[in-house]
Amino acid sequence: MTAARTLMLAAAAVVFAVGLSACGERDQVTVYKQGKYQGKPDTKPWENDPAVSPYPGSKWNKGDKTSWESAVKTRSLAQNEYTRAE
Amino acid sequence: MARMKFLCDAERCIECNGCVTACKNENEVPWGVNRRRVVTINDGVVGAEKSISVACMHCSDAPCMAVCPVDCFYRTDEGVVLHDKDLCIGCGYCFYACPFGAPQFPQAGAFGLRGKMDKCTFCAGGPEKDLSKEEFTKYGSNRLAQGKLPACAEMCSTKALLGGDGDVIADIYRQRVFKRGKGSEVWGWGTAYGKPDQPKAAPAGAKS
Repeated sequence: MTAARTLMLAAAAVVFAVGLSACGERDQVTVYKQGKYQGKPDTKPWENDPAVSPYPGSKWNKGDKTSWESAVKTRSLAQNEYTRAE
Repeated sequence: MARMKFLCDAERCIECNGCVTACKNENEVPWGVNRRRVVTINDGVVGAEKSISVACMHCSDAPCMAVCPVDCFYRTDEGVVLHDKDLCIGCGYCFYACPFGAPQFPQAGAFGLRGKMDKCTFCAGGPEKDLSKEEFTKYGSNRLAQGKLPACAEMCSTKALLGGDGDVIADIYRQRVFKRGKGSEVWGWGTAYGKPDQPKAAPAGAKS
């Protein structure tokens, strides 16, 4: 009798747990997993020798990222005609 | 660290399509492929016509990269989104994912076969030897490797289209807005999410 009652209680607990799990909410937004680039490696722009270019735009030290960034920044600022007019 | 971006000032763009022409000329883009184009709204409506030059925006969280089944996209240290044409299968997923319609597919053959994807490279070439013939043939000009900026932005006659490090061009735009006294309304919360309707309170005793 006791065993049957325990079994009944256990079954009720399982049914209760399963019933509650149906009320759960799962994330509706898909999170895309970024793949890893499979192609060929690319060279960095500052690794080029500025003298190689047939029509050089700016001067920087080959391999020096900071000087390349500084050169490009100077070039970018040339787009501001207010500073050119002053 | 530089984060290369384009910024188009709709107050200045005069729809001359000079940027489109410059891009085509600089990169020798084939017929049918438009890496850059000018979009106009309210065409012909006086005072309401606005144009903007659109190309790949080199998104920080690029959807084309997320959907590519062969993972042919990569982002350079300067924040430019590029791809390997040797790996691209021309499936067109990136075209569906891109909110700007940037990926282009050359029409090769009589039945419009979809070739390998082509898009704006921010004039940064691609994964070939810099300034080589192979790089130019596949991806176009590599101006960044010459210390230059994209041809479209550099030749824009009204300087509506700015290109370069996001911080630098944002500073240029900010100064412009201060000088002309308007334009800042195109940025920010109010523009993105709408402004609350708050009618002015009528002065006391005034008739409505």
